[in-house]
Amino acid sequence: MSEITITIDGREIKTEEGELILNAARANDIFIPAICYLTRCSPTLACRICLVEADGKQVYACNSKSKDGMQITTSTETIEAERRAIMEVYDVNHPLECGVCDQSGECELQNYTLEVGIDAQSYAIKDTFKPVQNWGLINYDPALCIMCERCTTVCKDMIGDGALSTKPRNGDTIDETFKESMPKDAYAMWNKLNKSLIQPNAGDTLDCTDCGECTAVCPVGALVSSDFQYTSNAWELSQVPATCSHCSAGCQIQYDVKHATIDNPEPKIYRVKNEWNYVSLCGAGRYGYDFENRVEAKDEAAFANAIEAFEKADTITFDSQITNEEALILQKLKESRGYRLINDEARKFAEFMKAYSAISGTATYKTPLKAVNGANFVISVGSSIKTDNPNARFAMNNAMIMNKGAALYFHPVADPVVDDMGKNILSVNHAPMQEEAVMYLILDLFSKKEALPADVAEYLTSFHSMKTITVTETIKEKVVEIVKEMKVNEETGEEEEVEVEKSKMVPKKVDKDVEVDENRLLEIVNAPKTFETAMEKMLAKKDRFALMVGPDFYSHPNAANLARLVALVEKYTDFSVTMIPEKGNTLGVAMICDLDTEAGSSTIGYNVKGDFTLSATGNGDLDMPAMNQQEGTLTSIQLRVNPTNAALGYKGYELNDIANALGLNAKLTVDYTVKLGEIDGFKSENFDDLPNHYTNKGEEMRGYELTVNEVVTSGDESVAPFDEAAAMDEAMVYRGNPTLQFNDFTNKSHQLNETAALYVSSDYAIANELSEGDTVLVETTKGSMEFNVKIDSKIGGDIPFVPSFDSNLNSEALFNDYRFSNATIKKV
Amino acid sequence: MMSLKEFENRNVSEGAYYKVDIPDYPETGWEKAKQVFSRAIKGELFVGLYIVMREMIKFDIHTVQYPKEKLPIGPRYRAVHEMQRLWESGTERCIGCGLCEKICISDCIRMDTKIDEQSRKQVTEYTINLGRCIFCGYCAEVCPELAIVHGGRYENTSEQRAHYIGYEDMLTPFDMAVKGQVAEYPGFGAITPHEDERVKSTPLAY
Repeated sequence: MSEITITIDGREIKTEEGELILNAARANDIFIPAICYLTRCSPTLACRICLVEADGKQVYACNSKSKDGMQITTSTETIEAERRAIMEVYDVNHPLECGVCDQSGECELQNYTLEVGIDAQSYAIKDTFKPVQNWGLINYDPALCIMCERCTTVCKDMIGDGALSTKPRNGDTIDETFKESMPKDAYAMWNKLNKSLIQPNAGDTLDCTDCGECTAVCPVGALVSSDFQYTSNAWELSQVPATCSHCSAGCQIQYDVKHATIDNPEPKIYRVKNEWNYVSLCGAGRYGYDFENRVEAKDEAAFANAIEAFEKADTITFDSQITNEEALILQKLKESRGYRLINDEARKFAEFMKAYSAISGTATYKTPLKAVNGANFVISVGSSIKTDNPNARFAMNNAMIMNKGAALYFHPVADPVVDDMGKNILSVNHAPMQEEAVMYLILDLFSKKEALPADVAEYLTSFHSMKTITVTETIKEKVVEIVKEMKVNEETGEEEEVEVEKSKMVPKKVDKDVEVDENRLLEIVNAPKTFETAMEKMLAKKDRFALMVGPDFYSHPNAANLARLVALVEKYTDFSVTMIPEKGNTLGVAMICDLDTEAGSSTIGYNVKGDFTLSATGNGDLDMPAMNQQEGTLTSIQLRVNPTNAALGYKGYELNDIANALGLNAKLTVDYTVKLGEIDGFKSENFDDLPNHYTNKGEEMRGYELTVNEVVTSGDESVAPFDEAAAMDEAMVYRGNPTLQFNDFTNKSHQLNETAALYVSSDYAIANELSEGDTVLVETTKGSMEFNVKIDSKIGGDIPFVPSFDSNLNSEALFNDYRFSNATIKKV
Repeated sequence: MMSLKEFENRNVSEGAYYKVDIPDYPETGWEKAKQVFSRAIKGELFVGLYIVMREMIKFDIHTVQYPKEKLPIGPRYRAVHEMQRLWESGTERCIGCGLCEKICISDCIRMDTKIDEQSRKQVTEYTINLGRCIFCGYCAEVCPELAIVHGGRYENTSEQRAHYIGYEDMLTPFDMAVKGQVAEYPGFGAITPHEDERVKSTPLAY
């Protein structure tokens, strides 16, 4: 794209060819009113208020592209008249309940009504009866709805649930006289508004992944969080910029904080908001915020015990829900006191990246997730994407819709949510342990065979064979028929029967033998029969390829080989590679800590059970602050170090106090932020200097980007063949969480609290005669555990999910490292 | 007469100062005693005493016997707040919009709200810190429902500087409202007369 110059209201600005006028204006701090437009979604053209005059013609700024030398005026007399009429129409029958409405104070209808200066109403129509609807976590008041359709747009274009649509309003028709008397665009906009209302596709209630993004984008108080409703006015809340720690996406969030009640001046988080033009949250980020560990005072006795335990211990086990600073403290404790650091999940990720770097030549993966948003052909492998990293799913969906893209989803568990994302996504449910076959297939489909290392190319060729298949073709055949006709004999003048020859073309089905190339890899990965024809369509006009690999790979018995295959794909195809770290700060921990394999005899557990347990959930031997009570940085899938701030106070001890007692010296935990510079890839930046916001241009001003360092490679690019016989085909379970759950912290939040169960698809429940609430015994080679059955409409196939979000269950004990395990499931 | 020219002379030290005739301070004990007597005992003293005696004998006393007796207060006087109910139905007028809380310049109002069983916004707790309140009347003026108004109770004695009143204390008793014993509030914050003439009418489709 080339840089061009356009003029808006006499100001020359530089933008890119084809950029929407609205976005070009916003990037240069020029205000054009707009209600229905969402930055990363397709224009809806519902509000029509973004009218501008470009080169003398009235256009909508949200769907007109800039051209070099364009002269744009944002306000003329006719445009102002349109805008006034549009705002008056929006105010027709809008309930005058700003006094109680949750959106009051941050309502775009309020703002634009005042901006345009509506002081009188000229239009009227009979109102319709529209009762309030409760959709669980979300409350919909259709009376307040202005039909901007931002909710349906974001649900379709960004989230990929497509759970909302419009339905007829069944109201009166607009008075004929208005057609003549009112401005044209305002009338058209009113006509559209008057025809429809929002409804959930599932009927009376919402059937979706509960991300709540529709409530975030709603400009009025029509869609609000049920839990937040009527608890606080927007202006009473103070904002704490932070980073969501539940998964590796590291989304920008803002905690809205106010005193709990009149009697209790302690701060409380009322809700979480996000910068929805540039980042979309999942439900866990939006609703899982009150997981703080309230501690009344410093427990000196427990602290003394902790120090004693640390003096005695030789191992620290921890999980990846910690900040980079805490990880650095642990690493420094290891260096000074020789502790072994145990975090298998992060260690496996580090080992995977190491094996990958042996071929790729970079210390980590190179491409942040935002590359997926820009791609038009996306492949996801090794991840239950909607629950491992919801943002990766949003990115994949966004790429498909906004870039006219297509996607391939390889995973053993069928996912109805992914399948519903559109007709341009193809799911392939391969058998577990066949991930290598998938990687070989990707190499086979997308690499230039000549460039590939000879043995790999040869190995791939071994799966191809020429096969003769019988194709039924339809051909047109000439058929000559003899038809009897009555004809007048010219000689006799009598009518008599004559035989006439007539030919016509008749379609006929013929079987024909054709030689075709058969790719046995397709059969091995269990690709649908239509795969090749579908791919041909899906690959048309695609030029930006992105591959996401997920946590199934890191814990895979052949992880090292998979990592090398991933690196080969990156090297020999056009795909960029993004890895999805399994937990909140897995990438940071993997980079900062030098992790050990074997635990010693006496362990300290940090948010993990140990001989002495430090816990931010409040059930350990010494309390620790939870993530919303801490300052620090988190490393995200975007290869970024994002700062997070403390929304709530914490009165107890933290890891830094223990570290200080053990000989380290730092006043605050965030004093370690600058010391992160010692680690390859990180920078020496003070915590207080790290920004956390987006600019009007959409630039992410959050923390800093990691430097992807180069490493020396040996040049050895050999990969091992895969074992077709290793495919798991017996009954098995998968270690994965239901939507909205990631860890103890999401589960501790009052809106998301749930009892862990065995999550099964409805098909599985029917096939195995299970019903909701049944108790089953899950038995694997590692042990057995009882679960209640929960039927989850968001999973498909016949592999049940054993959740890991509740650490009290310790369901991980059922598995070897790999996320799939053979299991027998018996009803008890 | 003063002229402009004299004002333009900003050099005030030139002849602008003069000494005030102040006698020297007394130094000896005798001089001090003399000054006390000359200042304290004067003829006017007896004028005052005479007036008091005269009025006492007349028995025509205007003194208000506070606290037994109180002067009537004007309707627009701004004293301790009251919470109104709707006339007859007795429904609480406060809708919990929070405008009073927002506008309060001494930040002395706080309220807790929640959604009630009928999906309406309900005020569960409401306090005013009278120790901080400056009785400016903004809360009553901004109230869209004429729920919070200023009453006539102006005594605020308390053992503590931070003296709070709660929602229940301010609320008009239910029976009074239902019996119609509360008149429509005419005081501070109520709509001014002739408001009808200033309002633009909105077209209706009914």
